[in-house]
Amino acid sequence: MATRWFGAPVQRTEDPRLLRGKGTYVDDIDLPEMLHAAVLRSPHARARILNIDTSAALSLPGVYAVYTAADLGDLLEPSPLLVPHHALTQPRTQLPLAAKDVRYVGEAVAFVVADSRYTAEDALDLIDVEYEPLPVVHSLEVAAAENAPLVHEDVPENIAAHLVQVVGEPDSVFASAPHVIKEQFYIERGAAMPMEGRGIVARWEAHTGTLTCWISTQGPIPIRNGLAAIFHLPEHKVHVTAPDVGGGFGTKIMMFYPEEILAPFAAIRLGRPVKWIEDRRENFISSNQERGQYHEVEYAFDDQGMLLAVRDTFLHDTGAYTPYGIIVPIITACSLPGPYRLRNYYSEFTVLYTNKVPVSPYRGAGRPHAVFVMERIMDGIARELQMDRLTVRERNFIQPDEFPWDVGLVYQDGGPTKYDSGNYQAGLDKLKAMLDYENFPQMQEQARKQGRYLGIGVGYYVEGTSIGPYEGAHVRVESDGRVFVSTGITTQGQAHYTTFAQIVADELGVRPEDIMVTTGDSQAFYWGMGTYASRAATVAGSAAYLAAVKVREKAKQVAADLFEASPDDIELADGKVFVRDAPHRSLTLGQVAISANPLRYSYGENARKLMSMKLAGPRPGPALPQERGGPGLEATEFYSPPHASFASGVHGAIIEVDPKTGMVSFLKYAAVHDCGRVINPMVVEGQVHGGVAQGIGGAFFERLVYNEEGQIINASFMDYLLPTAAEVPPIIVGHVETPSPLNPLGMKGAGEAGVIPVPALFASAIDDALAPFGLRVREMPLHPCKVYELLKQAQEKSR
Amino acid sequence: MLEQHADDTKVLAGGQSLIPLLNMRLASPAYLVDINHILELHYIEPEDGYLAIGATVRQAQVERSPLVQQDHPLLIEVVRHIGHAQIRSRGTVVGSIAHADPAAELPALLTCLNGEVVLESARGERVLKAEEFFTGYLSTAIEAGEMVSEARFPWIPPQAGWSFLEFARRSGDYALVGAVAVLTPGLDDRCMAAHIAYLGIAGAPVRARQVEQALIGSTLDEQTLDQAAELARDLVSEDMEDVHATADYRRALTSELTKRVLKAAWERREH
Amino acid sequence: MQEENVSTFTESCTISVTVNGNLYEREVPVRMLLSDFLRHELHLTGTHVGCEHGVCGCCTVLLNGEPVRSCLMLAVQADEMALTTIEGLAGTNSELHPIQQAFREKHGLQCGFCTPGIIMSVHAMLHENSNPTEEEIRQGLSGNICRCTGYQNIVEAVKLAAERLRAPQTEVD
Repeated sequence: MATRWFGAPVQRTEDPRLLRGKGTYVDDIDLPEMLHAAVLRSPHARARILNIDTSAALSLPGVYAVYTAADLGDLLEPSPLLVPHHALTQPRTQLPLAAKDVRYVGEAVAFVVADSRYTAEDALDLIDVEYEPLPVVHSLEVAAAENAPLVHEDVPENIAAHLVQVVGEPDSVFASAPHVIKEQFYIERGAAMPMEGRGIVARWEAHTGTLTCWISTQGPIPIRNGLAAIFHLPEHKVHVTAPDVGGGFGTKIMMFYPEEILAPFAAIRLGRPVKWIEDRRENFISSNQERGQYHEVEYAFDDQGMLLAVRDTFLHDTGAYTPYGIIVPIITACSLPGPYRLRNYYSEFTVLYTNKVPVSPYRGAGRPHAVFVMERIMDGIARELQMDRLTVRERNFIQPDEFPWDVGLVYQDGGPTKYDSGNYQAGLDKLKAMLDYENFPQMQEQARKQGRYLGIGVGYYVEGTSIGPYEGAHVRVESDGRVFVSTGITTQGQAHYTTFAQIVADELGVRPEDIMVTTGDSQAFYWGMGTYASRAATVAGSAAYLAAVKVREKAKQVAADLFEASPDDIELADGKVFVRDAPHRSLTLGQVAISANPLRYSYGENARKLMSMKLAGPRPGPALPQERGGPGLEATEFYSPPHASFASGVHGAIIEVDPKTGMVSFLKYAAVHDCGRVINPMVVEGQVHGGVAQGIGGAFFERLVYNEEGQIINASFMDYLLPTAAEVPPIIVGHVETPSPLNPLGMKGAGEAGVIPVPALFASAIDDALAPFGLRVREMPLHPCKVYELLKQAQEKSR
Repeated sequence: MLEQHADDTKVLAGGQSLIPLLNMRLASPAYLVDINHILELHYIEPEDGYLAIGATVRQAQVERSPLVQQDHPLLIEVVRHIGHAQIRSRGTVVGSIAHADPAAELPALLTCLNGEVVLESARGERVLKAEEFFTGYLSTAIEAGEMVSEARFPWIPPQAGWSFLEFARRSGDYALVGAVAVLTPGLDDRCMAAHIAYLGIAGAPVRARQVEQALIGSTLDEQTLDQAAELARDLVSEDMEDVHATADYRRALTSELTKRVLKAAWERREH
Repeated sequence: MQEENVSTFTESCTISVTVNGNLYEREVPVRMLLSDFLRHELHLTGTHVGCEHGVCGCCTVLLNGEPVRSCLMLAVQADEMALTTIEGLAGTNSELHPIQQAFREKHGLQCGFCTPGIIMSVHAMLHENSNPTEEEIRQGLSGNICRCTGYQNIVEAVKLAAERLRAPQTEVD
């Protein structure tokens, strides 16, 4: 019988290679005659460039070129605006090299190409740039102030975008509500920090007119399209591949980073391959960041704890440019209602420019902010009414029979924010059991008697995933029976090589290890967007499924013709194609593929075997009938979701806070998640673990600190603290499964899930632990010094 | 080499502090003198009154040395807190001392024990006490052409209790604040002698004599500990303000740290 | 500022290093890092570079059996020494080393970038302590940063590897 691979914890096909150190990341690529680049970056957050003198750098032995804006010709154009929006009235994107103005520390000013990276960096020191420093907008507060300095002279008040969305009648509800509370919440910047920074190798072959680039990116196909346009090349003459990528987390879906234009430019100009690899310090000051928002919130509720209305007015820090449009704040606005019935909601956001590194999505992409606000609201209601925090949430849940649930807002993909399925109560019930929630008050009481402060915190989220516009996949059976699958999405550790193989294996009756999956190569698959927004497995996986189904149908048709049977009587299992109940009438899948390709000549053992078998005789008509749809067993299919599908989850943690030092440790961490039907539970759990670790980092360890000159004062791993195995607790994961009705396999995305509720639950747990002091956390991230200060404030207030 | 190019030379031993600076181009000496192959600098030698450690001895070697484990367990305890195994494989005891990071553990230990460093140059040798050697943030009394060739860690009386404690954000990080304490009981089981030094509260390690004074003759009861904690707070320099901690927070930590480290040291005494 | 010193940056030196049992003799610039030497001179690209500050541990290799950060050593300092990199771990018969096998079974890697450094650190860790507790494992791993896995499965992989390495050898080796 055929084995079901979908849903099984299959070990990854890609592992042996990676475990042996045989991965190919972009810096592993060494081409003959290759040159190395380094980027001169602005040391000022805001300045005018008066003069650049590159002569000393150019005369350094080993230096081949030093490019500034003046050398770029018609390349000196702002990079494309990736996601335009009607509310984004003042979009601005970066030039590949700064011409007259620099707007953040780290902005690219010159591009040096030399015989080694060491030499190139020596040359950077020799470039003399005369800057006229200007006043710096170093925070949202400064950006929003009256008479603030302008990040862009022609953008009044630093406002890039402004969007108001209203659902229901919030004003009248507020007017008559029994309880109204007003609060401010503040979330500060963090960064993705993949272990591998960005990088590109570009090669120009003049004799074929072909540009080939290997880029540590999440979106090679859009980059291919963009490079073709920028360099006036036919698309088929531009090859972009994402090789093994050492983590992306959103920061690598951003395009174009200047280096992605400059390295090809240099390669074409110099006629030699050019490599540029980002070092960690550069990653801090030139790879996009995220998370800065300031919310003013009002919420109305009744005596039973029912949330009646929310008004959320927030500022979003977009940094110096808006390359990715206003996706992040849109997601925040749409994600705020969460799993709760919110029928009256006023959302207003203003996107402000600051003289900081530009902002584009980082895992979570605006959802952690929304969840932080909403979960604080739920806790706020509970505190005011002296109700249990989880009881308040349960009262407000959307119920299983209320789906599809339309939140009433337009989501990041332009479609409705319409929850397709979910069961929020089930998730919470599971979590409560995992945490032994009912008995916690007793545990907390005991601990307090010993002078220890324990707290429990819970955070619930609903996550829009699996957005379009589409992805595609190509499935082809080769003559030896192995199957080749290619798709336009990319992989940065999400195990697509294995999960897509599982999907296809089920349809074709083969094993996942017989399926070779290629992702992220613009030559292997022409169309697609990339991996982001928790969409790749669902959208591209659905396409792979549809293509595999087509191939299966074709195999049945071909076999039916060969065996003179009905296609309905043909089965595929264990690598074979056979007539049901007549297993001696069988061929291997590879042999069927050979048969499906009528050639004048045949080759190999399999071909000889086919000829010797007593199969159906000659037929009238063409060797390859029209209905066959082409030779061989292959198909290309595309899947375009009608709108996002909504995954959900709830996490909880028991922590201990030392009020004397502000230090916090995790005693228990549980995560329940629902991503619909799961391809590979081992992979999904791994994604949740990783997301939680990043969430813990973002809640308690990682904070990017900018000073008044717009400098990041902790731009290194010594002072920007990523959690290690000693800081991240063991994580127990539970599953709920509400399949999505929107795609054939019922899947929902899971890539970002782990990170989303962590700041919210952390705040909730700290409040709970320090309840005797009346603490209320309203900002993220925290760190022990901050906990100490908040505690001090709370103690002073209560005197 | 050091004599000739004194201003533009750095000594390279473990490299765990120096090479990050080179990689980030925050330092670019014209010359590096790699002392790792100088066999004469490689020794862990018990001497009269102190343990002598040569300039090329790795922190990991000290950690594994049966002699040190037996005869100077406080040094072992302190070394274990330095960074991670990979750092200790290369980092040297003397290197950490010469680098003089305010949050480093070994300078504080040397200060607590009233230890010494030996400075060698083409002109000869001189010996400095820890408190003379550490002059401030990443600064020492080392002069052009000199290098630290040996560190001397005095022995601890057998009946003394000792403890090392630090508050750090993550395992292996430079500490926010830390302290080393050695308390010697008298025959009456009251504190007869006290040595306590702090890291992370000022540019150089701080030997807290006022705190020590407050402990003499006491039984380290709650009241004495509170007093000690109060005195320790005043030792925190106003300049100690960075991304991770304000001076005020450091004071709070120092106060708490003092109570815990003294309690632990006192528990460990022979009684 | 730097002009006069520029010529001195091109000094090089011949070194002879044994890596994974193979002796290599090369002329290298004095300031070349060991990590760059391994990756770009010897083309052993399994050792990765994540920060060059000595914090992330991606570049961990074994130097005379001890775990070191190759980004914090100059290539010239490895003269006359023996190094083991990830490429030297799996046997020549191409079977995965028990540590590598355990990582596969427990899904202890996702993007794979930190993995070689972690495996080398684990190799050294288990050599020092063949039966570590979970606490000891987590402390022992704290010198390596992973951004993908949340460490959970890495810890499980180390436990499994430790168990298997402790088990007596079977007659088929």
